[in-house]
Amino acid sequence: MMVWLETNYNYLLVIILLMTGLWAMIGKNNLIKKCIGMCIFQNAIIMFFISMGAKGGSTIPILKHVAGAHGHGPESYITDPALYANPLTQILMLTAIVVGVATLGMALTLVQKIYQEYGTCEEDEILDRMNESGVSQG
Amino acid sequence: MIWTFDFSLLLLVVITAILSLTLKDLMGAAIVFGTYSFFMCLLWTVMGAVDVAFTEAAVGAGVSTVFFIATAYNIKKEASD
Amino acid sequence: MKVLAFILTVIAGILLLSVLDDLPAWGDAQSPANSYVAAYYLENAMEQTHVPNVVTAVLADYRSFDTMFETGVVFVVVIGIMAILRRGSDSTVDRKTKRPPHAPPDAFILGVATRFIVPFMQMFALYVIAHGHHSPGGGFQGGVILGASVILLAMTGELKSALGKMTEKWFIILSALGFLIFAGVGLVCMFYGGNFLDYSALAPLLGGDPHTAAIMARYHAMLWVEIGVAFTVMSAMFAIFAYLSSDGWMDRGL
Repeated sequence: MMVWLETNYNYLLVIILLMTGLWAMIGKNNLIKKCIGMCIFQNAIIMFFISMGAKGGSTIPILKHVAGAHGHGPESYITDPALYANPLTQILMLTAIVVGVATLGMALTLVQKIYQEYGTCEEDEILDRMNESGVSQG
Repeated sequence: MIWTFDFSLLLLVVITAILSLTLKDLMGAAIVFGTYSFFMCLLWTVMGAVDVAFTEAAVGAGVSTVFFIATAYNIKKEASD
Repeated sequence: MKVLAFILTVIAGILLLSVLDDLPAWGDAQSPANSYVAAYYLENAMEQTHVPNVVTAVLADYRSFDTMFETGVVFVVVIGIMAILRRGSDSTVDRKTKRPPHAPPDAFILGVATRFIVPFMQMFALYVIAHGHHSPGGGFQGGVILGASVILLAMTGELKSALGKMTEKWFIILSALGFLIFAGVGLVCMFYGGNFLDYSALAPLLGGDPHTAAIMARYHAMLWVEIGVAFTVMSAMFAIFAYLSSDGWMDRGL
């Protein structure tokens, strides 16, 4: 059990965060809480990828100089792949973070527009007011 | 890696995530979301992803929190649940 | 509804937990994610581009197509927010009813302090953009810090004064300009005979020995591309804040 926990505890954290974000998106009534749940979900996915790229005993993926060398050519840098953390997962997640914040801006804009139209930010009240005004529900 | 540091960071991430969802005051929820972002940034630095942590510190803990506060300021400031 | 959501998430969590044995162990240096393409990038990024920061090298050179469309997504979000939320004097919603009363600004100390801080923030942001090749940083991070400096001005001063420095016309032009710089670098590479975004085709611009000129062309073109990304991200961050905090009216913020 302890061995399983030690090799898999990052995935456990990711699953807990994923389920927290998912529960917030489905079960919460307020629209802004749903947006917070979406951000938690996105961050958990990014956590998953970064933890897959981490290697035990490795350093950041900026190439290190060979001891004593100060040149800029390729021969004065250590290029052993086992020494550095995996850069590929980090690159994909950089894009994901920026797209995530842009999507968050869009989501909050829609929340504000809904508030302007219906005067409330709670999902059940919005559904009631939509039913009253005769808008069909899909 | 110092396992107590790792473990306390992981615990704090989960605690702040659940806390920001259960607070009724929306401004408070936005601030706790900012601290959740900061703890994620620390976790990623520990795992060796410095570029991602830099971006998350600038974006999540800076700009994203400000967006939430700006929206919560213009609409009702309390959630019903 | 909440009970149903809780049951669903517990079921999904149990399903996810049951497949954990198939995933590679944490910190495994031989896992499939760490073996093939990542090892190639770590070994060859230095001799092909002379950039020690492998993350920036791959983002701006090997996978620059992704970065270009991510810049495109940020630009589209700016346009989308303008289309949804922007209101002028011809709007039908009454301006006075729905806004909370604005507290008088007693923030003299705040204003003076931020006017000291903002130039240093912007200098640091420019340093982060320019040093992305050798240290953690690059276009996104610098662009977000630049945007945050203007947001700081808008929060502690008045939104209108920050909008006076960076008007709506300017942040739309800047966000489009950033995307245009990125795609423009790619087109210029096509004019010189290479593929789209193949920076080594720009080697004749630098002159000298063709092999090192190709490498240095990739080095310098990466900086141009990062500048484009920084423009778009900076104007997008301020645009989203301005529209969100003023509810579309663009008269007063937080």
